[in-house]
Amino acid sequence: MQNILIVGATSAIAEATARRYALRGSKLFLLARNSERLSTMAADLKIRGAAEVYTAVFDANDFASHQSTLSAVNDALGHIDIVLIAHGTLSDQKACEASVASTLHELTTNAMSAIALLTLLANQMELKRHGSIAVISSVAGDRGRQSNYVYGTAKSAVSTFLQGLRNRLYKSNVHVVTIKPGFVNTPMTAAFPKGPLWASAETIAIGIEKAIDKKKDVVYLPGFWWLILMLIRLVPERFFKRLSL
Amino acid sequence: MTSIYGWGRYPQIDASVYSASSNSEAVKKLAQINTVIARGLGRSYGDSALSANICSTGALTHLLDFDATTGVVRCQAGVSLADLLAVFVPRGWFIPVTPGTRFVTVGGAIASDVHGKNHHIDGCFSAHVIDLKVALASGDVITCSLNKHTDLFRATCGGMGLTGIILEARIQLRRISSAFIDETTLKAANIDQALSLFESNAGSTYSVAWIDCLKRGPALGRSLIMLGEHVQHGELVVARKKILALPIDMPSFLLNKFSIAAFNALYFNRVRASRQQRVVHYEPFFYPLDGIQHWNRLYGKKGFLQYQFVIPKAAGETAMREILQRIARSGRGSFLAVLKVFGKQNENYLSFPFEGYTLALDFKLENGLFELLDELDRQVLDYGGRVYLTKDARMSETTFKQSYPQWEQFQQVRERYGALHKFASLQSRRLGL
Repeated sequence: MQNILIVGATSAIAEATARRYALRGSKLFLLARNSERLSTMAADLKIRGAAEVYTAVFDANDFASHQSTLSAVNDALGHIDIVLIAHGTLSDQKACEASVASTLHELTTNAMSAIALLTLLANQMELKRHGSIAVISSVAGDRGRQSNYVYGTAKSAVSTFLQGLRNRLYKSNVHVVTIKPGFVNTPMTAAFPKGPLWASAETIAIGIEKAIDKKKDVVYLPGFWWLILMLIRLVPERFFKRLSL
Repeated sequence: MTSIYGWGRYPQIDASVYSASSNSEAVKKLAQINTVIARGLGRSYGDSALSANICSTGALTHLLDFDATTGVVRCQAGVSLADLLAVFVPRGWFIPVTPGTRFVTVGGAIASDVHGKNHHIDGCFSAHVIDLKVALASGDVITCSLNKHTDLFRATCGGMGLTGIILEARIQLRRISSAFIDETTLKAANIDQALSLFESNAGSTYSVAWIDCLKRGPALGRSLIMLGEHVQHGELVVARKKILALPIDMPSFLLNKFSIAAFNALYFNRVRASRQQRVVHYEPFFYPLDGIQHWNRLYGKKGFLQYQFVIPKAAGETAMREILQRIARSGRGSFLAVLKVFGKQNENYLSFPFEGYTLALDFKLENGLFELLDELDRQVLDYGGRVYLTKDARMSETTFKQSYPQWEQFQQVRERYGALHKFASLQSRRLGL
């Protein structure tokens, strides 16, 4: 039985992943902002087989609450085997261009809050010399594009931070995996007809579970995004800047 | 705005879709829009889940309560039957009534009051719903059952989403001790033999027939009748076979009366003996088409219509033969069609099944089809029959009102609960509801 902490637990990908671990009989601690959804989700995961489900209302942008929340998590779970950091917002690029405040807010939500949490978690797990840290970054962080470069900047910061963390924690037996999903069919778009590049949250969740089990370093989900992003990264900047991507 | 369509891919409309992630959010959004219809996995064939505003239950996928001793599960409306099977089959529980696909939601199963291969014994899906929660136009959430707000319950089960947004339901599951089905296949040379085989096997828990709608003359209505019983001792496993997908629209000319006749001949002659028995997993028994994702692409870009009607037993074999003759003569009948004998009717205002014979078949969308279906409508109505709303995309208001005599009571209940004008679909408008 594994003990799992999920931050941003009500996001579609996080929830699909939580269901997979519930099937395994894991013990889960869920953090998210919406208490109604947290309690619904907890009931659901218990029926699906979770040994125990704890929840706490948590806003990742409330940095002052990070340490006390983690203490509560440690008290409840005893030890942590897996951390999944999945919170975030899909930034409105146009709004960010028009407002410094919006830009900084998006960077805080999608990068700073994760980095702050990871700093605390890394120290704790380094001491215990045990556990896996999985963080949902994005293919959007692999190259800046005019359509969503604020979000991309945040995800790129997270990915780079994770590279360093992986390097640092390797000798302490702590596994760090960067998850880079492509287009994901979340409930917000459930009824929309989708092109072939879209994947379901369940597909991504299976990939996350596998990446943790197999101690992967960086995974693109589904895997074909690795090829797409490799090609995108290969385009020289002097051509790339002319494209309307 | 996005282009939305049902499983038959006809008609298509532009709609704005919102997804409620909790009961309270569903209620809050309800106050902000004029007219709306709920939508689950989009498996109703026609236009019953189409409207300018659509409330998707795609995020209401939570199991809320389960009593392992009684097998009663309480869940949100967006939970799919596939999900219920995956969670509960390993624990020895099965869905009491299931349609031919497991990719429907609990909310959709209630709104269509779906039936399955066991209708003659276990009735419709609603017979196993203990109670359900509906968000009304006012934003109030009401729990209704056979004892509480009975009128709302009767109107919501089979009511095509026109009373409100179904949020939750409590369902009585069926105890099983194996995930396998003991399947018996009987060969019937024609429709008379098929119907009498149904009659002599009325005690079977599950029964259904695949019928060849292109055969004429003495072989009119030749069928394979499949009977099934849950195996008493066996493994409780959920199959994890990879699902194949049809990646593109097939050119629709590939489906014509020659290719279909060839397919049907192969299918029928696959079974050599007049009686064949085998043990199969529940997936191929109940969901033969679920193995191919997007099988609706088979009918090409323009889509298809599924036509399912029921005629009273009293109308008998003569009526069935006459309708089959009309379909066979048109040469349009699709692959295998599905034939079944229904049991007793329930008291819901718009539930489709009543005691009699039902036939379901696909028609590729092409010129002249609507005329043929109008003609079939008249034949079905003459025999006192009717057409299934969940598959309908074109029935006329007159046909509907003649064949669903309780439509006025249905409207009165809707009025009582403030649903008229608030919950509407392309279908409800077409049918004058």
